[in-house]
Amino acid sequence: MQCGDFKTSYAADMTIFDTRSTRIWVFLLVCLIFSAPLYSSNYLLDVANRIGIAVIGAIGLNILTGFTGLISLGNAAFMAIGAFSCGFIGIRFGLPFYLCIPMAGLITAGLGMVIGIPSLRIKGLYLAMATLAAHFIVEFVVVKWESVTGGVAGLTMKTPAIGSFALDSDRKLFYLIYLVAVASIFFARNLFRTKPGKAFIAIRDQAISAEVMGVNLLKYKLLSFGISSFFVGVAGALAAYQAKIISPETFPITVAIDYLGMIIIGGLGSVLGSIFGAIFITLLPEVLRLATTSLSSSFPALVTVFSSLKDLVFGILVIVFLIYEPNGMAARWYAIKNYWKLYPFSH
Amino acid sequence: MVQLSCSDIQLNFGGVRALSGVSFEVKKGEIFAIIGPNGAGKSSMLNCISGVYRPQVGKVSFEGGDISSRSPAERAKMGIARSFQNIALFKGMTVLDNLLIGRHLHQHAGLIQGGLFFGPARREEIRHREFVEEIIEFLSIQGIRNKVVGTLAYGFQKRVELARALALEPKVLLLDEPMAGMNLEEKEDMSRFIIDTNEERGVTVIMIEHDMGVVMDISHSVCVLDFGRKIAGGTPEEVQQDPHVIKAYLGEEDA
Repeated sequence: MQCGDFKTSYAADMTIFDTRSTRIWVFLLVCLIFSAPLYSSNYLLDVANRIGIAVIGAIGLNILTGFTGLISLGNAAFMAIGAFSCGFIGIRFGLPFYLCIPMAGLITAGLGMVIGIPSLRIKGLYLAMATLAAHFIVEFVVVKWESVTGGVAGLTMKTPAIGSFALDSDRKLFYLIYLVAVASIFFARNLFRTKPGKAFIAIRDQAISAEVMGVNLLKYKLLSFGISSFFVGVAGALAAYQAKIISPETFPITVAIDYLGMIIIGGLGSVLGSIFGAIFITLLPEVLRLATTSLSSSFPALVTVFSSLKDLVFGILVIVFLIYEPNGMAARWYAIKNYWKLYPFSH
Repeated sequence: MVQLSCSDIQLNFGGVRALSGVSFEVKKGEIFAIIGPNGAGKSSMLNCISGVYRPQVGKVSFEGGDISSRSPAERAKMGIARSFQNIALFKGMTVLDNLLIGRHLHQHAGLIQGGLFFGPARREEIRHREFVEEIIEFLSIQGIRNKVVGTLAYGFQKRVELARALALEPKVLLLDEPMAGMNLEEKEDMSRFIIDTNEERGVTVIMIEHDMGVVMDISHSVCVLDFGRKIAGGTPEEVQQDPHVIKAYLGEEDA
């Protein structure tokens, strides 16, 4: 039985998975995830892929909003930028997906930094408004710039392929999405134990004293916008490959709200929280739909009531979460873990 | 040798004049105290030195160069660190992470290196961790190094703020009321840390303090402000005898 946590070097103290048992559990979890396509149904894989994409996007938004403290409602717009630039590059230049996706990420990062410039002057609600404005500007451009985005009709994505091996089903896309998701988690988790990540958190907690400590506010705020938009752009590109056809309606403002919901419910300023939140918000409508369809078949007279009940339950759950666990699911997870870690002798 | 000098500093907030024509010089290696009644402009003065405020008139020079137009981050890079009157730590982070932010200027890892945490970035983190541990030991805060700062008692927070400023390896340390709200024992500890910082690490200290006993005991020279003006300056003994200072603190005797 484990009786405590003892480390003999700073390197050991800095590792993320610090005990043998955690490493084994994480390894098993990764094995489980990557073997999932072998035995899961198409429906489950579709949901799983959407979760994977949401994880990448939520980590991206959390870097900006949760870690740097810059509220953004432009997430859907950034996803759209990623999706359309990925589609455009793939179709116009015939590049393979493994070049299109990072290029889409870079384009989104560049535009994200431009949108982030006002963040040095404005913050809080005002920044939320500015990014909201950015959302509608992007939406407008997507509709009007037909030569690139296909306008209202949208864009049909090229099927991603490695050589002649086409990733044409959710089953095959799963591996692509989850490789990127695991890489994102790895990158974000590391980022926050080194200089740039800590500077982001410092800006969130105390901008003035961060500056007095030598943190260049403009540089690191823009860097945060850049890296966050990169993640979100990549998520948008992957979502585009999954959806196959993208149009201006693929990324409405409700997507941005969903992502904010993910990081708030999961835990602001926590990579693990982004994962929890992404799973929760993606699964919730699916679970509610399953519940309402089964209830409707038992009580056919109340079909209309149940279908509208879905949104209500969604809203109530979010509120309940905010009241009882304002620090998000990640905080609750750590509390439970710490309780059981040394159980039954907690001292 | 004069390390830092302020000449003819004038600072206005709209129509309110916070500082008018304040000049003083701080020698290298001394403990320099700024005192004065409430609202005298002491914190404003410190903010002018660290770059949080820009005075409308006047010049701040550091080691011979004019730094009046430099940003706070640039001044930090030159070696000016500070603590705040109402504690401005990063509340959501642990003591250790707060101190590691103090190492920001000495670290080089970029976004990519940091995100991948390979080779140089990893070694850098360990090296700076060692440095930070040394400061933790210096201020004897070993027991709280993994605690989240927001949960700490006030006295410890003040000490952590000093530690964070020291992590910057400053040449000049600005302390804004480092002992406010402390009991006698805590004040003694803090005075000891300030003296050690000054003597062992050779850091010039500029501090604002209300406790006259402490100021007279540990500082080498004192500057007295009242209503934004400098009314006296010199060694603690000289200042204590100064009629203007007595007047500002105790009021005038009726004729």
